[in-house]
Amino acid sequence: MSNSNYSSTSSSTHRLIKNKNGSVKRNELRGKVVVYSCAVLIIIATIAITLFLTIKGLQSFIVNGVNVGEFLTGLTWSPSGEGDVAYGAFPFIFGSFSVTFLAALFAAPLGIGSAIFMTEIAKTWGQKVLQPVIEILVGIPSVVYGLIGLTVIVPLIREHSSGIGFSLLAGMIVVGVMILPTVTSISADALKSIPQDIKDASYGLGATRWQTIYKVILPAAMPSLATAVVLGMARAFGEALAVQMVIGNSKALPESITDQAATLTSIITLSMGHTTYGSLHNNLLWSLGLILLVMSYVFIIIIRFISSRRKV
Amino acid sequence: MGNYSYEVENLNLWYGDNQALFEVSMKIPYREVTAIIGPSGCGKSTFLKMLNRMVEMIPKVRVSGTIKYNGNNILENYRAEELRTNVGMVFQHPNPFPKSIYENVIYGVRIQGIRNKKKLDEIVEKSLKQAAIWDEVKDRLHTSATGLSGGQQQRICIARALAVEPDVILMDEPTSALDPISTLKVEELIHDLKDKYTIVVVTHNMQQASRISDQTAFFLNGDLVEFDKTDKIFSNPMDKRTEDYISGKFG
Repeated sequence: MSNSNYSSTSSSTHRLIKNKNGSVKRNELRGKVVVYSCAVLIIIATIAITLFLTIKGLQSFIVNGVNVGEFLTGLTWSPSGEGDVAYGAFPFIFGSFSVTFLAALFAAPLGIGSAIFMTEIAKTWGQKVLQPVIEILVGIPSVVYGLIGLTVIVPLIREHSSGIGFSLLAGMIVVGVMILPTVTSISADALKSIPQDIKDASYGLGATRWQTIYKVILPAAMPSLATAVVLGMARAFGEALAVQMVIGNSKALPESITDQAATLTSIITLSMGHTTYGSLHNNLLWSLGLILLVMSYVFIIIIRFISSRRKV
Repeated sequence: MGNYSYEVENLNLWYGDNQALFEVSMKIPYREVTAIIGPSGCGKSTFLKMLNRMVEMIPKVRVSGTIKYNGNNILENYRAEELRTNVGMVFQHPNPFPKSIYENVIYGVRIQGIRNKKKLDEIVEKSLKQAAIWDEVKDRLHTSATGLSGGQQQRICIARALAVEPDVILMDEPTSALDPISTLKVEELIHDLKDKYTIVVVTHNMQQASRISDQTAFFLNGDLVEFDKTDKIFSNPMDKRTEDYISGKFG
C-alpha cells in the first residue's frame, strides 16, 4: 500500500507476468481433454450397453426361433420345462406395467400434495422438516423397503383379504413409497420455479390461496409435474429387489389386486442365477431385459416430449 | 361515499426489526390520480401494498395504525380477498398468466364464480376496450398472453384488474419495464381511467408524476415528507427535502 512501492513498479519496464498465453493454452487443452473424455466415455458406455442388450435380447428370437408375438402375448411361462416349453412373458409385462401405474397412482397425489404443502402452505416449516425427510427416504436401500413390506404390509393384506398377502397391492404400496420422494422433490422444484409475479397477480385479483394454487400454480407447473410422475414411473418400472420380496412371483396372470403376480425385473433376478449361459431360458431372460431397456427409452422420450412443451 | 377513498392514520410498519413506515397519515381523494414518489427503499411500494394488504404475503410483517377504505378499517375484521376485488393492482413487471388473453382478463371474475359465457364475453370486451387494447387483440383473444409485447402485456394486466370492476387501482411503477411509446400509452390510459377510478401510482419517474397525477406524495426513509397538489409540489414545495429530491440533488 505504500507510495514508494507503487511508484517503483510502475516506473520500471520490467513485467511480472510473462508469456501470458502459453500457460493458458496448455490449461485449456488439458481441461478440454479431461471433459471430452468423460463425455465420450459415458456415450460409449450407453451405446455399448444398448448394443449388448439388443444382441443378447434378440438371440432367443434369432437363434432359438422364438415367435415374437407369442413371447409378448403368451400367458404360460415354462422355458426350461421337461415337456412342453412355453415362453409367454405377458403376465410379467402386465405385472410390470400394473405395478408401475398403480405405484404412480399412489405416489402422484401424495407426492404432488406434499410438494404443494412444502412450497405454498408451510414454506419455512415445510422446507425445514419435509426436505430432510425426503432426502432420508431417497437414501434408504430398496432391500429395506422390501423387508418392511414383507413384515408389515404383506401380513396386513393377508388379514384383510382372501389372498396370501404377497400381491400386486403389496408391490404397489412398497414401490409407491419408494418413488414418493422422487415425485415429491421434483414436483417441489417445479412448483418453486413458478414466478412469484403470477402468484401475486392472482392474489391481487382477490383469489384465495387455494384458488391460486389450483387455478394458477398447478396449471403452470403441469408439464414439470407430469415429468416428475413419469420419472417416478421409470424408477418403479426398473425396481427389482423390493418388488420381488412382496409380489409373490406367481407366473400366472393376476386376477385381482390382492392376487400374486410377477414383474419383468423380479423374474430376471429370480431366475438368472440358475440358468446356463446360452440356453433358451437364459436367452429369454435377456429378452425380458431388452423389454426393460426399450421401456426406459420410452419413458425418456415421454419426459423429453413433455418438457419441450413447457410454457413458463 | 365520502370525498376520500382512503384515510390512513398513524400507519407504522415493520419488517422484522426494521421499521419501514413511520406514522404515515394521508387521505387519498376519490377518483383522482395520486402519485407516490421517493428514492428506492423509501417505503413507497410498501405503502402501496398496504392499501390492498398484499404486504401480508411477506413473512414477519407487523403493522399498527388504521387504514380506512370507504370508511371501514381494513386492518380489522376485513377479508383481504374482498378488499382486493375492490382494489385492483398493476405490478411493476407485466405479469400475465400463461393462459390465453381471454382467460387472463376473465380470471378475477371466474374466481368469483361467474360462469355465464355471454356475460364473460361482455366483460372481456368491455375491459379490453377500457384498457385501450381491444383493437390490437380482438382477433386473437384465445392465443397466449405471454406472446404479446411488454407494453401490450401490461395493458392486458390493466384490463384484468378492470374486469373485476374495482373502485381503486393501485399501480406499482407500471411503466418502469416498458419502452417510451408503451409508457405513453399507459399514461394516456391512466388519464382516461381517472373519471371512473381512484388511482394510486408509485413511480420513480418525476416527470411522469407531474404529467399524470393530481396529488403527489413524497416519501423519504419511511416518512411521508410532503403531500399536496402536484403543481404545488413541483413548483413550490414546502419542505427542503422535497425540493432537493425533485430538483435532482439526490435519489
